[in-house]
Amino acid sequence: MKAFDYAAPASLPEAVGLLASQPSARLLAGGTDLLVQLRSGRKDADVVIDVKKIPELNEISFNPADGLTIGAAVPCYRLTADAAIQSHYPALVEVASWIGGTQIQGRASLGGNLCNSAPSADSIPLLIALGATALIAGPAGRRSVPVDEFCTAPGRNQLAPGELLVSIQIPAPAPFSGAAYLRFIPRNEMDIAVVGAGASVTLSNGVISAARVALSSVAPTPLFVPAAGESLLNQMPTAEALEAAAKIAQEAASPISDMRGTAAYRRHLCAVMVRRALELAVARAQEIN
Amino acid sequence: MSTTTYNVIGTRPVRHDGADKVTGRALYGADLQLARMIHGAVLRSPHAHARILRIDTSKAEAFPGVFAVVTAADFPEAPADKIVDFGEGDTMLSSLRGNILASGKVLYSGHAVAAVAAVNAHVAAEAAALIEVDYEPLPCVLTAPEAMAPGAPILHDDLPNGNVAELIRYEMGDLDAGFAEATVIVERELDTATVHQGYIEPQNATAFWSSDGRIHIWCSTQGSFVARDASAAVLDVPVSQVKVTPMEIGGGFGGKINVYLEPVAAMLSKKAGRPVKLVMSRRDVFTGTGPTPGSRVRVKIGVNDAGKITAAQAWLAYEAGAYPGAMVGPGAMTVFACYDIPNVLIEGFDVVVNKPSTAAYRAPGAPNSALATETVLDEIAEKLGLDPLELRLRNAAQEGTRRADGPRYKRIGCIEVLEAMKASPHYNAPLPGPNCGRGVAIGFWFNAGLPSSATLSVNADGTVNLIEGSTDIGGSRTSLSMQAAEVLGLRAEDIHPTIVDTDSVGYTGVTGGSRTTFSTGLAVHDAAQIVVEQMKARAARLWAVDEVAFSNGVFSANGQSFTFAELAAQLGATGGPVSCSATVNPKGVGGSIAGLIIDVKVDPETGKTDVLRVTSVQDAGKAIHPAYVEGQMQGGTAQGIGWALNEEYFMDTAGDMRNGSYLDYRMPTALDLPMIETIIVEVPNPGHPFGVRGVGEANIVPPLAAVANALYRATGKRLNRVPMNPATILGL
Ligand SMILES: Cc1cc2nc3c(=O)[nH]c(=O)nc-3n(C[C@H](O)[C@H](O)[C@H](O)COP(=O)(O)OP(=O)(O)OC[C@H]3O[C@@H](n4cnc5c(N)ncnc54)[C@H](O)[C@@H]3O)c2cc1C
Repeated sequence: MKAFDYAAPASLPEAVGLLASQPSARLLAGGTDLLVQLRSGRKDADVVIDVKKIPELNEISFNPADGLTIGAAVPCYRLTADAAIQSHYPALVEVASWIGGTQIQGRASLGGNLCNSAPSADSIPLLIALGATALIAGPAGRRSVPVDEFCTAPGRNQLAPGELLVSIQIPAPAPFSGAAYLRFIPRNEMDIAVVGAGASVTLSNGVISAARVALSSVAPTPLFVPAAGESLLNQMPTAEALEAAAKIAQEAASPISDMRGTAAYRRHLCAVMVRRALELAVARAQEIN
Repeated sequence: MSTTTYNVIGTRPVRHDGADKVTGRALYGADLQLARMIHGAVLRSPHAHARILRIDTSKAEAFPGVFAVVTAADFPEAPADKIVDFGEGDTMLSSLRGNILASGKVLYSGHAVAAVAAVNAHVAAEAAALIEVDYEPLPCVLTAPEAMAPGAPILHDDLPNGNVAELIRYEMGDLDAGFAEATVIVERELDTATVHQGYIEPQNATAFWSSDGRIHIWCSTQGSFVARDASAAVLDVPVSQVKVTPMEIGGGFGGKINVYLEPVAAMLSKKAGRPVKLVMSRRDVFTGTGPTPGSRVRVKIGVNDAGKITAAQAWLAYEAGAYPGAMVGPGAMTVFACYDIPNVLIEGFDVVVNKPSTAAYRAPGAPNSALATETVLDEIAEKLGLDPLELRLRNAAQEGTRRADGPRYKRIGCIEVLEAMKASPHYNAPLPGPNCGRGVAIGFWFNAGLPSSATLSVNADGTVNLIEGSTDIGGSRTSLSMQAAEVLGLRAEDIHPTIVDTDSVGYTGVTGGSRTTFSTGLAVHDAAQIVVEQMKARAARLWAVDEVAFSNGVFSANGQSFTFAELAAQLGATGGPVSCSATVNPKGVGGSIAGLIIDVKVDPETGKTDVLRVTSVQDAGKAIHPAYVEGQMQGGTAQGIGWALNEEYFMDTAGDMRNGSYLDYRMPTALDLPMIETIIVEVPNPGHPFGVRGVGEANIVPPLAAVANALYRATGKRLNRVPMNPATILGL
């Protein structure tokens, strides 16, 4: 690893200013992706800007009207311990407890997971299913981008030079809604999703009135499949309906073969994991809440 | 079964190194700090097979902070046919040398090509990247069957049979006649992937080549004397010029017998005039050390109506990696070692391929071949409608059974292990539900003897210092101390073990071959007996008698008595300290049989296997420290299950390993295995005073086959390739 300079701005304007003068700087949240990449030589850096000292990036706030705001640098362990998240977004607690292990969760952030923009990122399909948006700050001020449009290629995203992620905003859960993220790994921990599936479902009088489905590890970016969710609209959440939606998601996938699984196996898993994620989301929506 | 009663042996004292290890005080190689020490980095080949046309180190040498750069050209030539023997079998010096730093050709991706020493490891790595190497890439060959095929790329011009380095053939009886007597014959061919031992601590070595020519090496090794002798051979210096200080070792499993970094660090130090430290990254460990061979094994077994095996045939091709030595010999010797079979033919092929040069891994070679034998027997048992353990019992090897490779067994615990499996609570419990399966298998390992030395010095306070040379991987400080304590009538805590460097103790072979508790234990036992004799003489002098009795730690004669401590306090007055050494080279090695029962559940939609319940059974001869025996059984079983289910070197077609990290190599974690139950069987080894058989290895032999058999019961499919991972189980 090459030597680099380090800065830790204490405010958002300071960070934006620093970034403007050092457009090639690397941003550091938990560092569980970045430091690994720097050490292995996959990335290098002259300047590293630590965003953990910026107050706005460390906030968690929830209110029933606006929903949930998660600062970009909030580590996973704070999400899993948060009472509001536990009661309104159980799937988010699960994802935050699956990323890495206990030590990793002490540092790893959802902001880092999103900005690292890996096709296999575990939180992104769920954020897409939950209809989350990314709040971005930069030289030209602030803007919002839906998470389902955020990633553009492996390791690439909508952030322009000089921009940084401030927070992730998730709408308040609708009544009778539920969400889930399931990933397939051959082991029970410490693995990268062979296929991951996120799903959300809203029921109105037992009929599906909204549904979103997204996948990880089956395309160059986490993959939002609007048609899968749309196929469920105005349907009862029957086994056949969920199965059909899963098949649509499977069709949309374009997996590759690598050391984590063959394309054929991944394609097979798409249908299984989406169906199971939908089943869990429906079960959660049906719980009295 | 073992009936002798002991005071110390068979108890579970706290290990002597426990406090240091759990508080982080124990010193490993990477912890070492020496005055003026600098740090190195190794440049490795990106090609699996290529000619080296040119190496230009000038930019690296000119890089600020660099002290020295070495390539193969800095090392003495290895004579073409010089053979070196480090006690674990012969090695060609040229292979050893060629693997340390490549010259002429690189033979695998990860092959070391050059090394740099600099002010710190980062500067060294940056400078190493500046070394220019011109390669002429050559076609590579990655599996044994491909390497044996006509027209395959050839790795070494000097091997007589293309890529086949050695042919092995064992024959006994009349094979055709044997198969003619059989009523059921099953033949299967199974492949296994290259896997790594997966020790946690990466290889490391620090060396200082002093201006007086003495070389001091600190490293993580299973055998300090082997590291010394191998380093001396590669550097072409007398062994007495090298001193190896073994640091604590974070696992080895056979993978830390060979040297990789030691001679390189020494040569860098010679050039730099300073101590040089080299530490591998995890990727270096995967691609630059010695995994265990991938293999193809075909086994055919015939059985008559009585369930007796009438004939058995095996064909084994093992991937040696870049240099000869695939452990196909032990694979061939163990393939039918558990059974009494009259007519046998075994053929083995040691095949070089463009992968890292393989090394020992716990019962090296045996799991690969047992996979085939034990799954074929499972199929035969099913065809005969016999319980799979019953079929094995009808054919189990016993005292006097002759193996196809020659030896006849002395006392061997095969029947006892099978009976213990049959009687176990696990084997008699129902399976929990659908998609579940139970598999069984057994396996054999020889264990090793080899020389060991030990010195015991009696302290005036009645304790005893134990000086020994076996690096402690699995609690051997304590299992050795316990043997001394048993002889001396002391407590394990009264013995203070220290593992010393190669200048400070007699020659001691590797901590490998399951030999330490057996061989070094014997040296300790013998030294302790000399201590007793000398102490008796002191008591005789004090009491002016001719005969002194010693029992349970008390010396006595004519109604007078001394405890060990009382007499120890009088040594100064009776002629001075007592300090006794013994060096042994024992022959009475006792082989070990292990068995495994495993229950799995397979998710029919994803192919994921959950391991539900596991029981490991093993003949320990005598369990000196039962907790450490159980630990060995659990460890070998965990590794075997990982090997069976998910582990493999995932190579691309160019021979580059794509999963060289613990994230993607997929060893089982603590969440992937249940508590592994253990049943220790004790059929004492007549060749050891306490009956010890080694226990470090046989336990990894059955898991591959046991898992395969369990998966068959759960899914109805017999797979022909390990790892039997989820995609393979679904056929995707
Ligand atoms: C052992 C281990 C296990 C892991 N397991 C998993 C797993 O199971 N699932 C999974 O999805 N991931 C896993 N990861 C990857 C990683 O932990 C996650 O992606 C994590 O969420 C990254 O968060 P971080 O805060 O550490 O990001 P960092 O490493 O700090 O940053 C990640 C990337 O985002 C950029 N970045 C950070 N903050 C901002 C910002 N505010 N604005 C713009 N860009 C920013 C950085 O420059 C960098 O490129 C694992 C990693 C390790 C080391």
